[in-house]
Amino acid sequence: MSAIHTLTMPKWGLSMQEGKVNGWLKRPGDAVAIGDELVEVESEKIAGAVEASVAGVLRRQLAGEDDVLPVGGLLGIVADAEVADADIDAAVAAFNASFVPASTDDDAGGPSPQQVEINGRRMRFLLRGEGGEPVILIHGFGGDLNNWLFNHEALAGTRAVYAIDLPGHGESAKDVGDGSLATLVAAVLGFMDSQGLSAAHLVGHSMGGAVALAIAAQAPERVRSLSLICSAGLGAEINGDYIDGFVAANDRRALKPLLTQLFADAGLVTRQLVDDMLKYKRLEGVDTALARLAAALFAGGRQQAVFAEVPAQLGKPVLVVWGEDDRIIPVAHAPAAGGQVRVERLAAQGHMVQMEAAHEVNRLLEHFLS
Amino acid sequence: MARKITYQQAINEALDQEMSRDPTVIVMGEDNAGGAGAPGEDDAWGGVLGVTKGLYHKHPGRVLDTPISESGFIGAAVGAACNGLRPVAELMFVDFLGVCLDQIFNQAAKFRYMFGGKAKTPVVIRTMYGAGFRAAAQHSQCLYNIFTHIPGLKVVVPSNPYDAKGLLIQSIRDNDPVIFMEHKVLYTMQGEVPEESYAIPFGEANVLREGHDVTVVAIGRMVNFASEAAAAAQKKGVHCEVIDPRTTSPLDEDTLLESVEKTGRLVVVDESHPRCSMASDIAGLVAQKAFGALKAPIEQVTAPHVPVPFSDALEDLYVPGAARIEAAIMKVREYR
Repeated sequence: MSAIHTLTMPKWGLSMQEGKVNGWLKRPGDAVAIGDELVEVESEKIAGAVEASVAGVLRRQLAGEDDVLPVGGLLGIVADAEVADADIDAAVAAFNASFVPASTDDDAGGPSPQQVEINGRRMRFLLRGEGGEPVILIHGFGGDLNNWLFNHEALAGTRAVYAIDLPGHGESAKDVGDGSLATLVAAVLGFMDSQGLSAAHLVGHSMGGAVALAIAAQAPERVRSLSLICSAGLGAEINGDYIDGFVAANDRRALKPLLTQLFADAGLVTRQLVDDMLKYKRLEGVDTALARLAAALFAGGRQQAVFAEVPAQLGKPVLVVWGEDDRIIPVAHAPAAGGQVRVERLAAQGHMVQMEAAHEVNRLLEHFLS
Repeated sequence: MARKITYQQAINEALDQEMSRDPTVIVMGEDNAGGAGAPGEDDAWGGVLGVTKGLYHKHPGRVLDTPISESGFIGAAVGAACNGLRPVAELMFVDFLGVCLDQIFNQAAKFRYMFGGKAKTPVVIRTMYGAGFRAAAQHSQCLYNIFTHIPGLKVVVPSNPYDAKGLLIQSIRDNDPVIFMEHKVLYTMQGEVPEESYAIPFGEANVLREGHDVTVVAIGRMVNFASEAAAAAQKKGVHCEVIDPRTTSPLDEDTLLESVEKTGRLVVVDESHPRCSMASDIAGLVAQKAFGALKAPIEQVTAPHVPVPFSDALEDLYVPGAARIEAAIMKVREYR
């Protein structure tokens, strides 16, 4: 008998406990391939599509539009066409009989972010997975470790993966000193020291890519490989209006149109995403931190630190991933492929490609890292 | 995982962080320090429900017990504010407003205006309001609308722990007199609150849920019932936009009007009596400025025009709840 695969409500990010079905993208009886988007789901933080992890036929839709399911709840069934309906009904009954939603108690299960003191500044990080060659995920300007919520767990199957909050960001201390790249580099190297990591695979998004490049330039022995996603530090241009607007924006009305520039699909900028960003921006010291970083790194809409030669000269594997419709840093900054440098341009994707095209980016990263 | 604390702890933390940051911030009120006839000695009470507990020892000399004389100590707080301190005075129940109203509306609210902008009065008056506590007619009223009526006062009505902390910090830093309304039933409400300090600007509504069918504007504790009602309506296919103005003065008119321009249907929820309430105020605003967008008469969900009953059964009927709000949502939605 062919296998019956359950399609369940995913867990996107630490705080997700339930998700709402926004609509099906496949109808019962449709053939599905691995990676096909099957159903659109929205958590309180973000909207996205659940993709097929197996090929087959969508045999059942067990949740309708606007239904709210706990994480792990049954959305549908994918199975081969020859599987009998009775067997599918039995599998659904068995699932429902045994399914227990995860406790809504925050303390129950799941990894929690930790804090460590680096150069006198508090730094928050989240570790998932263990063993293997360690990976560090470095977010961009105004981001935090949650920018990797669709990637972190997917990469942590066979290795330790650390996501950090850079100084001035997330729940790390908001003191960024002079706002220079050197301050951020020192924080990441200090973090590696604190965790006993002599070298790691660095994955940087946007400004985090510039941080990774600067580490590679300054301390190449600490770098096993570089993965640069819509990265800063590879050319001079950057969307200065976005940077200045983001620094200045202090309400929903100002912030929402800016955040929509980050995504190819504006519908992904949910009320909660804007609200979470506002909550970050209200924290004491964030306005100063962002203004200093912007002045030191992106003054006048020009990137002040460019490491265009590093990928080719590093002598280590480099993966470059870019959304072709990136409206913050132009895809033209992607270096030439060749040697150990691999370049992937993703069509119809924007700046937050690791969130918006998580499945594809995860596949590229997993392949590259292993 | 963000940390969860109660509304009451959020208020305490805001006071603590601002007292640490700014030595001119002081706390004063009945039983705020020692209480129970032992002024300032053992931190026994920390206010009638313990909101300021623990601050007395952390900030020696800056948490003051006052006599049971609102007219005296509210006046003293206003005077101290005029002379360089940032007092946070606790008016135990807003129902006691009557004995210190002159100090608030005829003095504190007027100084900046009458002295040509040269005076500032950075006083915060924290006060408990609301029914549901079995505290009867003289300890259960919802009088934010009275303060909202008075130019020169800012009026803050937080509906959850996150807003309570950020709005209280903003209140303390503000240079005008601020009335900070705490719903006593919300004190035990849990919510995610950053440990770091943050301020939420006044006049910026919180949109708790986006929807295109009906706008639901609710104040204070009613925001939580409105969210519950909106979730129930969603199951019937009605998508509500739930808006919490956070401050009734200043009022974020733009967010309210933009929402009604989208939905064309409005329910306003207010725990106050219906006459001269926030419900009638917001309904009037929308009727005047977004008349062309309205597709149905505006529904107001309020308490009745009677004192808050002492009888448990009657008090439960008195307070607007999710069922009444949902009925109002369905009524405006189905209007043709």
